[in-house]
Amino acid sequence: MSSTAISGSALALLERMLLIRAYEEKLIALSAGGQFPAVCSSFGQEAAAVGVVAALGAADQILTNHRSAGHLLARGADPGRMLAEVMGRVDGYCRGRSGSLHIAARELGVVLTSTIVGGELSLATGVALAQQTLGRRGLVACFFGDGAAGEGIFHESLNLAATWGLPILYVCENNQWQAYVHRRETMLGEHIAPWAQSLGVEAERVDGNDVFAVHAAAEAACERIRADGRPRLLELSTYRLRGHLEPDDPQAADAAELALWRERDPLRHCIATLLAGGHADAAGIERMSRAAHARIEAALAFAEASPYPAADELLADVYA
Amino acid sequence: MTQNASINPSSLHHAVMSLSDALDTAIAEEMRRDPRVLMFGEGVATKRCALLDEFGAARVRNTPLAEAIIAGTAVGAAASGLRPIADLLFAPFLCYATDALVNSAGKLRFMSGGQFEFPLVTLAMSGGGWGVGAQHNHNLEAWFVHAPGLKVVMPSTPADARGLLKAAIRDDNPVLFFVDIGLLYQPGEVALDADIVPLGRARVVRAGTDVSLVAYGKSVGACLEAAAQLAAAGIEAEVIDLRTLKPLDTETVLASVRRSGRLIVVHEASQSCGVGAEVAARVAEHAWSALRAPIVRLCGPDAPVAASFPLEQAFAPQPAAIAAAAHRLCAREPAVAEVNV
Repeated sequence: MSSTAISGSALALLERMLLIRAYEEKLIALSAGGQFPAVCSSFGQEAAAVGVVAALGAADQILTNHRSAGHLLARGADPGRMLAEVMGRVDGYCRGRSGSLHIAARELGVVLTSTIVGGELSLATGVALAQQTLGRRGLVACFFGDGAAGEGIFHESLNLAATWGLPILYVCENNQWQAYVHRRETMLGEHIAPWAQSLGVEAERVDGNDVFAVHAAAEAACERIRADGRPRLLELSTYRLRGHLEPDDPQAADAAELALWRERDPLRHCIATLLAGGHADAAGIERMSRAAHARIEAALAFAEASPYPAADELLADVYA
Repeated sequence: MTQNASINPSSLHHAVMSLSDALDTAIAEEMRRDPRVLMFGEGVATKRCALLDEFGAARVRNTPLAEAIIAGTAVGAAASGLRPIADLLFAPFLCYATDALVNSAGKLRFMSGGQFEFPLVTLAMSGGGWGVGAQHNHNLEAWFVHAPGLKVVMPSTPADARGLLKAAIRDDNPVLFFVDIGLLYQPGEVALDADIVPLGRARVVRAGTDVSLVAYGKSVGACLEAAAQLAAAGIEAEVIDLRTLKPLDTETVLASVRRSGRLIVVHEASQSCGVGAEVAARVAEHAWSALRAPIVRLCGPDAPVAASFPLEQAFAPQPAAIAAAAHRLCAREPAVAEVNV
């Protein structure tokens, strides 16, 4: 992006990315210790989460997937309540019942983190129908990966959204990995956007590791959705820098491919852009990074102090 | 929507109508009562012209022939303030819809710590009657009884169908509403000014003290026929229509078995892990000392249903078999309980 478009809000984007990275580094370290629940990270995909979520309004709704930490933190979720949830404590967003894999936060408009791959695509149409029917302004942002795009529900969801004219921003984070399998083993093409276009959903491919490019594309897509109420898809090309599950499992990653994407680390890209444009200095970025880590340490202390739910919560809230 | 209804001269508020028409009255009245109620599914707007005319295309919608997204859309809409009715047509099509219903609608109220509710109804038909074969006719209601967070209903009369559907639409939980194909066009008297029939309450259709026949769907009618045959032989059977399969009205069943000492559970669905197994287990757990004979289950076989009409009819338990089982149980004196307790 042009340097003139970089402003104070660009630093806010970096700040969110640093917070997500610090949060997930902490989760990865805790998982490696063996006394912690297994988690799925979005390590390397921070620009996709931050760039899109920063383009959303307060009334917009979010449905996401098992790599949702970035989306939640970008939306302003409290890392302490997130860690409490991951650790099964009562102060978690879902009272410790969802763990890391299913966090919903109504107060933030986060309706669902689905760990059924494609579950977010399944519910997004209904959430958008409700927004439309009840005359609410917000659109629905639905985050999923290239793996979910291989599910039949991807086709069903986009087709219905296109046919009914539902205000959904589909965000495909094409991170090249589908759980334990590289994308090249599961589909002939490299991209998801043409599939959306074939269903009548306007789609755009963006460098998912360039937070400024993602943000600009998301703002433009949201504007178009708000104007005509029709769905759009953004395919964000990115890369999952960690294995499917923490503690990290040996990833059958091609070393050259991994090295290439490490070079393209979204934080590195963002920092380099800010430094080159003179919008930040190294010391200032170091201060931001330290502040992010300090915030995560405080969040962990909060989560560790939170009690486990009482046994009588086993049956709570199953039925209305 | 009640084209087939005829007015009963005894009351302007009573009509004789089919179960299908009774469901239509319930849907229309609930849509009138609550603007958040809407209905969609494959052919909904095509086949339910009266609903479309009255409520418009935004609330009465056709969908693609894609059960997974029909269900998913209903679940997402319910989480966000609407009260959808999704018509899945035939029960086996629920296999495509099961992810959204079981993994999301049934679980996410609990898993979100109570942040979201899922007030939705899915309609699905099953049971013999149309000779449509096993990919349209499969009584799989017990699958959903086993899943947490769902309610499951299967009525046997037009009046109950209407009252239970109204209750299901007003319920804040996801309800699977199964309609027995064989009963769809059977007429019955319906009180049009009647309120809801609450979910979770069985109905004692016929009182009797010698044996308890517990059933749902078309098997209730088979039990009533059997009871008439048994009465001629001096055996008074009590017939209980479960109506709601989850939550199950255990108390009504237990009270009956404590009086009669004998239980026969009857349903068209296959026997293994069926609703009858659950009823039998609860009676064995809580009314063992009242039993004077072993519990009997009369159910469909563990086999796909054939399309051929005679085979399809033979799949469901027949009145003669029910009566014969009751005769056997009533002949078992002295009380088995004296041996087992």
